[in-house]
Amino acid sequence: MIRVGNLTKRYGSLVAVDDLSFEVERGGVLGFLGPNGAGKTTTIRILSCYHPASSGSASIAGFDCYSQSMEVRRRVGYLPESTPLYPEMRVREYLNFRGKLRGMGWGERSAAIKRVTDRCWLTAFVDRPIGQLSKGMRQRVGLADAIMHEPQVLILDEPTIGLDPTQIRETRNLIKELGEHHTVMLSSHILHEVEQTCDRAIIIASGRIVASGSMQELRNRFSTQGGRVIAEVRASQNEVESGAKTLDGIEALDVAASNGWVRLAVKTLGDRDIREDLFKLSTSRGWTLRELRREGANLEDFFIQVTAEQAQKAKQRSSINA
Amino acid sequence: MRNVGVLAHRELGAYFLSPIAYAVIAIFLFTSGLAFGLGVFTSGGEASLRNMLNFWLVLILVFVLPMLTMRLISEEMRNGTIETLMTAPVTDSDVVLGKFLGAFLFYLVLLITMLPYPLLLRMYGPVDMKLLGCHYLGLVLLGALYIAASLFFSACTKHQVIAVLLSFALLALMTFASDALAQLFEGWTRVVLQQLSVQSHFRDFVRGMLDTNHLVFFISLTGLFLFFAVKRLEMRRWQ
Repeated sequence: MIRVGNLTKRYGSLVAVDDLSFEVERGGVLGFLGPNGAGKTTTIRILSCYHPASSGSASIAGFDCYSQSMEVRRRVGYLPESTPLYPEMRVREYLNFRGKLRGMGWGERSAAIKRVTDRCWLTAFVDRPIGQLSKGMRQRVGLADAIMHEPQVLILDEPTIGLDPTQIRETRNLIKELGEHHTVMLSSHILHEVEQTCDRAIIIASGRIVASGSMQELRNRFSTQGGRVIAEVRASQNEVESGAKTLDGIEALDVAASNGWVRLAVKTLGDRDIREDLFKLSTSRGWTLRELRREGANLEDFFIQVTAEQAQKAKQRSSINA
Repeated sequence: MRNVGVLAHRELGAYFLSPIAYAVIAIFLFTSGLAFGLGVFTSGGEASLRNMLNFWLVLILVFVLPMLTMRLISEEMRNGTIETLMTAPVTDSDVVLGKFLGAFLFYLVLLITMLPYPLLLRMYGPVDMKLLGCHYLGLVLLGALYIAASLFFSACTKHQVIAVLLSFALLALMTFASDALAQLFEGWTRVVLQQLSVQSHFRDFVRGMLDTNHLVFFISLTGLFLFFAVKRLEMRRWQ
């Protein structure tokens, strides 16, 4: 449904998107995840035909985003990051105007306005000027506009930014529902959001893809990167440190003492669980153990790690080029 | 082409939904009324629109039309609505033509508010309808040119103030200074500057002379500015 091949976008000497390639199948919600400035909005703007790429290709539903831009625009619903709207217009007027721009007839428009305002909980606000609506309401107007022509592909740039927690939950549920009928691509810099709403994710940093796959695949990938075991014992710090080093399968060790208790954080290799060994160690040495738990690696750590690595690489690349 | 109508309709609606339009109408009515009154109702005044059209009304339009036009594209850039507009299935020329048409229709409303003046003149004697028609044709063409030029500047920047100042400068230069500047040069530069003088082209309409030279001047220059505005929008996409 969405096909991106070797896409590059430069602004002067700045490379915002660097040789990006990916494909998205029909249906479902795709998360486009990356830290701020990773090139998410740039990619999305190319897909929504707002600006052309410097090189490479992007196509939606088989139509090229540059040479067949009108065909693409008819099939895409796009919600830009800041949800720009005309404040002086009423919700109904605005949706009517947008429907007309998309060539919808009178009957089709009024049916579509009814449908989308129901869907986005806007029915009570259709005759209010947009300028008087709250940020969350305006977000819904933007979303209603994006879906009113039943687009095959829905592109949402940071759709929950600036919303309150209830609105965020409502919007996420709506997006999930939309994913049943449309192909939804949603960008975010919040991992948690992508985990909750998306079936698949592409993680980008510094304009390049660092990881992609279904949410399950991504979780599996970093769960093999090992976890952490945390223990708190009453003993001297040196004793704990030297004792812990005798254990097998340890990648890194962090020891900190406070109020007579020593807190030990052990990073383990692979899937290894060293809790039992650690318990035996402390009983044999006569330490008092008051806490022992294992933390699985989380997606957050993975996300931070891969994006930081990518930023580092990008810096190296630019210093080599310079 | 259908999109041009849709966009023009929205722009016209936006004018009447914002206070700017009413302020502009008020300023226009006041100043044009003043120009008319001072030209006609003074001792030795002439019962015609000529005095007003020759200078004052042109000066008023040099200021009023950029104020009407400045927001058309600048505001969209500033609010970011340009992004939703330019990702809808409309071409860049649809956008420019639609906005131009919206402002132009509003300008026609302004011209209608001037109809009482010839009615007042009838108190003093018969009004030459052909001459009046010529005046109105001249005003329509002059306004179209001013709107097109201001629209181009509106497409250049997201700051409305900069857009309006650039428009003032260019329009004032073309309208009032071009003739005087021409005297400083010799040869073809002089000819070009003389030809560019809006006021000398407009003056024949005031006299009641319909010359294709002037028609071509206004229409082609309007077209040129609209073309520049479209190109400017296209350029923006690459930046």
